[in-house]
Amino acid sequence: MRRVILAVTGTIAGLVALLSFKSHVPSAPVAATAGGSGGTAASSSSPSSSGGGQTEVVPGAFPQGSIARNLPPGETAVDGQVASTAYGPVQIQLIKKNSKIVKVAVLVQPTNTLHDVQIGEFAFPKLISETLTAQNGKIDAVSGATYTSAGYIQSLQSALDKRS
Amino acid sequence: MTGAGTGAGPARRRHAEHVMGTVVSFDVPASAGEPRGEGALGRAVRWLHRVDATFSPYRDDSDVSRFGRGDVPLAECAPELAQVVQACAAITARSGGYFTITPGGRFDPSGYVKGWAVERAAAILTTAGSAEHSVNGGGDVQCTGGRLWRIGIADPLRPGRLALVVAGRDFAVATSGVAERGAHIVDPHTGQPPAGLASVTLVGARLAETDAYATAAFAMGSAARDWVENLDGYEGFAITATGATWQTSGFGRYLG
Repeated sequence: MRRVILAVTGTIAGLVALLSFKSHVPSAPVAATAGGSGGTAASSSSPSSSGGGQTEVVPGAFPQGSIARNLPPGETAVDGQVASTAYGPVQIQLIKKNSKIVKVAVLVQPTNTLHDVQIGEFAFPKLISETLTAQNGKIDAVSGATYTSAGYIQSLQSALDKRS
Repeated sequence: MTGAGTGAGPARRRHAEHVMGTVVSFDVPASAGEPRGEGALGRAVRWLHRVDATFSPYRDDSDVSRFGRGDVPLAECAPELAQVVQACAAITARSGGYFTITPGGRFDPSGYVKGWAVERAAAILTTAGSAEHSVNGGGDVQCTGGRLWRIGIADPLRPGRLALVVAGRDFAVATSGVAERGAHIVDPHTGQPPAGLASVTLVGARLAETDAYATAAFAMGSAARDWVENLDGYEGFAITATGATWQTSGFGRYLG
């Protein structure tokens, strides 16, 4: 219906690419809105931080389910396509203001295997955080406990490195 | 098309080099050239791989491994190894033994080498003509040049989020904490993982010492606060295992 196919920007492509870096056989999707035509349909979980009319980005705060209702004036919701990743279907919703991403919600994320749950709880929110942080250009680098070569892919620094 | 530009100014290049068991991220002027080229970036990258070959404890034929096994005397190793051993001894003394060159009873100066190698890589870039760059070795950063660098500090208790941002010029930022593979730093006095801290971040001028002192501070656990407070030339910020934070009295001037 009013679902918009999001033009895949470099940042979002990077997000999906990061989610797809490992290949294992995806199991059946269980996320409620997967494949649905109404991208902004209410889902089972409620947004926890969408009220108040704030447009300030809070990296890491990712409501589960659509936050398209009750948006402050000037903000519009854009639902991404359902992306097939190695971890299952992923769909995110971007709230834009003046063509800048100010919030992100997760409409569909993989929740079906233990591995996917880990991805859902940690890596996936992290990657969205990276997207926000990188887009806002607020930081030059990230300091943290040393990551391994393999762990780098999920690090905040890796998102910054893709920014150039 | 992502709108990620940071404004006017000369073109920049970011490069991530897998080396030393981690990834070293470069933010350099585009004029620094290609990572495999003859320019500044190429020189810095080749330096890191040379360090890896000489200092890796995971390579049987590295000088560190050969010296650690007692196969060769220090004098027959790369001259940098003697410098590193000397520097480590000074840090061990200044940290009351909380930094050690023999973690787990085995000769392994890696706790100093990575920060030192990154600091030197930044110096190589400067020598080769770069006026403004940062080099991030797996989460420990050396920043060089006039602009105000903004470095996010990862929150160890909330993966993917930043705890805060520090800002400075010509400075180093190093964080030690519970790594993704679990507690890899132990208190050399007890052999046990330190209690009390989730991560500690030190800010100083040069990464080699800053990084090693961060490692020592993390090993100290709750005793780190007083120690860092009295450590000349460094400021610190820590997140405890319960999510509380502390910072040294001069840390505020770095808050971005």
